[in-house]
Amino acid sequence: MTHSPAAPAPLPPAAPAPTPLMKLTDLSVTFQTRDRTVHAVNGVNMELAEGEVLCILGESGSGKSVTLRALMRLLPKFARVTGGIEVAGQDVLAMSDRRMADFRGGEVAMIFQEPMTALDPVFTIGRQIAEVVQRHEGASRATATARALELLELVQIPSARRRLDAYPHELSGGLRQRAMIAVALACRPKLLLADEPTTALDATVQIQVLLLLRELQQRLGMGVIFVTHDLGVAGEIADRVAVMYAGRVVEEGPVGPFMAGPLHPYPRGLLNSTVHGGMRGTILTTIPGAPPSLSTVPTTCSFSPRCALAEPACDAGVPPMVEAGGDRRGRCIKLGQAA
Amino acid sequence: MDINPDRGGPAQPLLALRGLTKHFPLKGGLLGRTVATVRAVDDISFDVMKGETLGIVGESGCGKSTTARLLVQLLGLDAGSMVFDGEAVGEPRASGLSLREYRRQVQMVFQDSYASLNPRLPVEDSIAFAPKVHGLGEREANARARELLSAVGLAPAQFARRYPHELSGGQRQRVNIARALALQPRLVILDEPVSALDKSVEAQVLNLLVDLKARFKLTFVFISHDLNVVQFISDRVLVMYLGEVVEIGPVGSIYDRPAHPYTRALLDSRPSMDPSRRRTVPPLVGDPPNPVNPPSGCRFRTRCGFAEDVCAAKKPVAADLGGGHLAACHMASPGSGHTKAGAIMDVAA
Repeated sequence: MTHSPAAPAPLPPAAPAPTPLMKLTDLSVTFQTRDRTVHAVNGVNMELAEGEVLCILGESGSGKSVTLRALMRLLPKFARVTGGIEVAGQDVLAMSDRRMADFRGGEVAMIFQEPMTALDPVFTIGRQIAEVVQRHEGASRATATARALELLELVQIPSARRRLDAYPHELSGGLRQRAMIAVALACRPKLLLADEPTTALDATVQIQVLLLLRELQQRLGMGVIFVTHDLGVAGEIADRVAVMYAGRVVEEGPVGPFMAGPLHPYPRGLLNSTVHGGMRGTILTTIPGAPPSLSTVPTTCSFSPRCALAEPACDAGVPPMVEAGGDRRGRCIKLGQAA
Repeated sequence: MDINPDRGGPAQPLLALRGLTKHFPLKGGLLGRTVATVRAVDDISFDVMKGETLGIVGESGCGKSTTARLLVQLLGLDAGSMVFDGEAVGEPRASGLSLREYRRQVQMVFQDSYASLNPRLPVEDSIAFAPKVHGLGEREANARARELLSAVGLAPAQFARRYPHELSGGQRQRVNIARALALQPRLVILDEPVSALDKSVEAQVLNLLVDLKARFKLTFVFISHDLNVVQFISDRVLVMYLGEVVEIGPVGSIYDRPAHPYTRALLDSRPSMDPSRRRTVPPLVGDPPNPVNPPSGCRFRTRCGFAEDVCAAKKPVAADLGGGHLAACHMASPGSGHTKAGAIMDVAA
């Protein structure tokens, strides 16, 4: 991955209260191949306090997963990343590869949607967890294995001792996801990144894993960034929500007020078009059209072509982030007018 | 031109299924002998009534997709019978309906909109393909394809000559729906048709399905793991667990008064959407067991909070709770030997 050397590492701002655990400053990610260019992330600013759970909500192509991967520098080589990424006061984009290897799995860990592909099929669960502990903490194999057992118990895998010797394919979907969480938590990361970790799970298993993640987050005091397209999942786990559309954050705020009534027309449309009980026999409200192709950086409000409230002023430029009080903000010119 | 006359009248089920069974042998060992059997669908019976939408819900491995494939006869039955509007399916004698004719009247829409279209055919040709096979002329078949494209909200002038990769997921699923309607079927089996779509597109496709159903007088079997979507679209709901039907009934009574403990847990597992009312205890622990060796008696007993000895000893029979609501639980049938037998009757009453 390259990042422009011209972009200076963002200095700590004048007088921030406590240093945020994670801070993104004007993060942009462009994928450039011979045939086409995709501007996946276009200037994202985001902060996460210690011990906080932030949900990034968005549909496919909104840039939510790319943002998450940029945080751990997991994007392919041809991705161009600009802006600032800071985790626990360290500049992630400036780290050497060697430092990066310590950083990944040590201070920051990630869990993925599909545990079958994220875990190594030829090693037992116990070995994969112990390996992380040995690599990062320099522990002996015996100590690491003992720690692996503790971790399997922590993620509430039944008959944990027996499961240490199980291969990923021998576990059910829910247990595999728990095992992946155990690998991620092996070195007590300060920040856990979760990319749709419950999307592939059955309903009765999804709620178990969500409750487990929430319990572990509170017990270990981790910060969590949780990427999902499911509003219901955000409602169960988030402290704060950031909604992304066409590579930008269009609304951000605490989860309660957000669920009660989003500020921006896009999340409002999303909430209205999400099917829930009591909608039988009605015609569902939909958002017409489709998200824009991101072959160029959007220079106006990206949502205006699909927005019922759009007016000529929406196409005058990218709407600024407007503070709406109560730690809520939205990227819509209507918010500015109302204020 | 009515090519699909209603034969038995409105009260006769469009499709009556009795004792449907499909087992998949697992081969293993040096000689490739059958070492185990996946009991994917195990002796299930239900009716699909004319003009209704029957929703089928359940978790992975419960047999809902195998059921869909049996209904369109992509898989052969191991046992059981299918009667389509009074005619036995697959018996091309005086009383029966040939498979070819049955398949014309029963069509399917799959979850993966990309994999289910031929990537080398423009979508118009994909839609016109089946009518041509069934004897319609080239010109008429293409005209029908274009009509159907506009019926599903895709302007033919713009979309007819496009290839599947030139469409978005929602548009491709619309093409799949158009293709399923090309033979003017009476019954459409929809297997997770909106699961791969984004929420805003999902709502568009659901609205379209409701609209098409009324317009073409269709009957739907709608399979999904999403309980909210099933509640929105279904008239009746069937809940499956490990290859068996655990509960069936009108949508209102299933969602308001679920009788089977599994149905209740499934409904309680839905995220609340309200951060002030977060769940603290999961309704169920563990994953669904492997359908290779399902538990004896009631298959849900290993995860059920109310399980007693009788649940391991005896398979529960479907108890009638009135109004077409049936539940296969010992607690729902008085005299089953369960200490709480009859308790559910009160809830349902």
